[in-house]
Amino acid sequence: MIHHDSHYDPEASKIGMWLFIFTELLLFGGLFIIYSVYRFMNPDAFHLAAKELDTTIGAINTIILLVSSMTVAMATSAIQNKNIKLTQILLGITVVLAIVFLVNKYFEWSAKFDHGIFPGSEHLINDMSKGEILFFGLYFVMTGLHALHIIIGMAFIIFVMVFVAKKKVHPERYALLENSGLYWHLVDVIWIFLFPLFYLIT
Amino acid sequence: MQTATQIPTDVSFLEYRKYKGIFNWILSTDHKRIGLMYLYSMMTLFFVGVALGLAMKLELIAPGKTIMDAQDYNAVFTVHGVIMIFMIVIPGLPAVFGNFLLPIMIGAKDVAFPKLNLLSWYIYILGALLVIASVLFGNGTPDTGWTFYAPYSFKSGTNLLPAIFGAFVLGFSSILTGLNFIVTIHRMRAPGMTWLKMPLFPWSLYGTAWIQLLATPVVGITLLLIILERVFGIGVFDPALGGDPILYQHLFWIYSHPAVYVMILPAMGAISEIIPTFTQKHIFGYKAIIGSTLAIAFVGYFVWGHHMFTSGMSGTAQYTFSILTFLVAIPSAIKVFNWISTMYKGSISLQTPFYWAASFIFIFMIGGLSGLVLGALATDIYVHDTAFVVAHFHFIVFGGVGFSFFGAIHYWFPKIWGRMYDTKWANTGWLVFSIGFLALYSPMFYLGMQGMPRRYYDYLEEFHAANILSTLGSWVMTFGLVIIVINLVRSAKHGPKAEMNPWNGKTLEWTVPSPPPVENFEEIPVYGEKDGPYEY
Amino acid sequence: MSNEKHHIVPYRTYIFVLLALIVLTFISIAITHIELADYTVAGALILASVKTFLVLTFFMHLKFDKPYMRIMVGFVLAVFLAVIIITFLDYYYR
Repeated sequence: MIHHDSHYDPEASKIGMWLFIFTELLLFGGLFIIYSVYRFMNPDAFHLAAKELDTTIGAINTIILLVSSMTVAMATSAIQNKNIKLTQILLGITVVLAIVFLVNKYFEWSAKFDHGIFPGSEHLINDMSKGEILFFGLYFVMTGLHALHIIIGMAFIIFVMVFVAKKKVHPERYALLENSGLYWHLVDVIWIFLFPLFYLIT
Repeated sequence: MQTATQIPTDVSFLEYRKYKGIFNWILSTDHKRIGLMYLYSMMTLFFVGVALGLAMKLELIAPGKTIMDAQDYNAVFTVHGVIMIFMIVIPGLPAVFGNFLLPIMIGAKDVAFPKLNLLSWYIYILGALLVIASVLFGNGTPDTGWTFYAPYSFKSGTNLLPAIFGAFVLGFSSILTGLNFIVTIHRMRAPGMTWLKMPLFPWSLYGTAWIQLLATPVVGITLLLIILERVFGIGVFDPALGGDPILYQHLFWIYSHPAVYVMILPAMGAISEIIPTFTQKHIFGYKAIIGSTLAIAFVGYFVWGHHMFTSGMSGTAQYTFSILTFLVAIPSAIKVFNWISTMYKGSISLQTPFYWAASFIFIFMIGGLSGLVLGALATDIYVHDTAFVVAHFHFIVFGGVGFSFFGAIHYWFPKIWGRMYDTKWANTGWLVFSIGFLALYSPMFYLGMQGMPRRYYDYLEEFHAANILSTLGSWVMTFGLVIIVINLVRSAKHGPKAEMNPWNGKTLEWTVPSPPPVENFEEIPVYGEKDGPYEY
Repeated sequence: MSNEKHHIVPYRTYIFVLLALIVLTFISIAITHIELADYTVAGALILASVKTFLVLTFFMHLKFDKPYMRIMVGFVLAVFLAVIIITFLDYYYR
């Protein structure tokens, strides 16, 4: 059960990735604590501010991430089934979906900036109530940090695709793929909570 | 694939040279060399922190300005705190002794992720350099206190960005070390070493690692938000923008309280190793100590508000935190009871490590009992933010982590460097240090109760005499420190060669040569039915 | 090399889980049209938690992993929840 001479211990790598995921959960957890406190203290302002967000784009992004979670999970089964081609297709779809998500985010943020809604903007400080200012501060920080993690997750998956092509990740040695998938699911779970808390409180 | 047979087993890790010169150190993924690199960098930073502390005590030798004005004093106590907390006592025993000894004590060749281990050290150095940069460059040394409270931390004109970012980076070092240790303990124990046959120092590292892993990210995001406030004006804690400064305090202490358990659990773990060896007796209550360790780690997450009793929290929060604070003291008391019980009817050997361990118990108890004064709402109101608090945490952190660290280094010194130190000088150093320590910090309890505030460079004339005693104590303590360090440094190079098991210890590190070979064991040990730590 | 049984999850399982997740997403959007007042947050959080449970259990393989993995995840979530609840002891009772 315990490996001493083997340099490849997939269970150790899996535990390691889960532990890292726990740190990410607590990192975002801190932001969720802040969100819940300020929402509790400013329920009406949050409700009002949330109307500025486009629920449709948010829903599309949610579906995109859910599908991408499925594809990356399937990729693990694919490599276990020794279907390298399918593995790469599924990983590739995951990456493409991630890019679409980021493009949507870019359009969302641009729209906000065009309306004068960004941290430190005059419109924000002069025209909005304190609760709304808090809402948008949290919106930019949380979706921004989340987007950063999408980029990191994407980088992981692209790495894996390269390693699969180089046969460094293969059916007898695929912990890297599986654990990159785990990281990707974390990014999905964070969004699963971000979506209703920011877009669906109307 | 690289095989183990390429590395010779009869060469000590200090003699094994894979690269040239300093690269043998900074490119080494050997947990033993990494532990020593942490030791050497921490020693350097520690002396900077000590110098800052001495400067503060010199300022406080008399009321009014002595050597610096208020702004400089604020900067000095800030940097003193940032260095001592983030660079010394939090990494502390895990980074040095955890790295060096954990794999050996569980019968492994290295940690689970050796390259990640080296990266942790690089990150530590980067964080330290960032903090140092905040002092040397820019608009003035940070003056907020190591706690970086909002709103001042985003209003202060001083050079906070590199300091806060440095603290943020240092957090990653802590997280990755914790991650590495958890996986190592789960996956790399020797065959036959079940969880309940693992020695107590690794157990303490396990509990600590979970705290490092789960609590540190919270302060990470909090510090990041202060940075975002300073750079982008995102006012999550700014009252003018609807934010609540008390929320900053909540998030800050949600990490920083568990952090003190990161500091003390490994310290207690080392004491739990030293005492059985120097009483030649099985530790009393092995399972109780494990249970207490895990209980402290767990309950410790829920007491953070006792740093905030006077901040403006609700009454409900105040008394909830107070009750939980009293609860978390119980497992620590259980440990003290077990250590003393181990000594009872044991064959006590009065050596340097034992002196440190015994005085640890005494000093830690003083610190702990003073914590009860702070944990009770009615008394905390009088002593919060006074010198009493300063005394409390120096007794429990410096006294706790410090005494244990010195005990540990005198205990494991022969194993690490393969040489013995001069016992007479070591004991003299211990005595001088302890006397100085007591003289330095005890008056602060009195001063705090009389009302002297903390973080002030000036005070009322009635506090003068006690302050003189305290400052004199700082000089005596430093003198003791110098004796200790010179003895150890000289002995590491020139001391008489040490044997494999000079203290007749019963844990696995005493079964390998002093110093150990690179991969620790010729053959991975196997624990049988009757084997276990502390089997005297 | 590890001697553990490598459980291979059928693609079909993942597709079913995705469909469930999509349905739950639409339900969460739909209930915003119902005036739930104080229970709006609870509703949103419950649905998000169910979705998360599905992701953890199936996509993240927890159902097929050794029990200690589930214990760790549960423990971490419990600690986080406790921290939020205790924080609210301040804000709720101010």
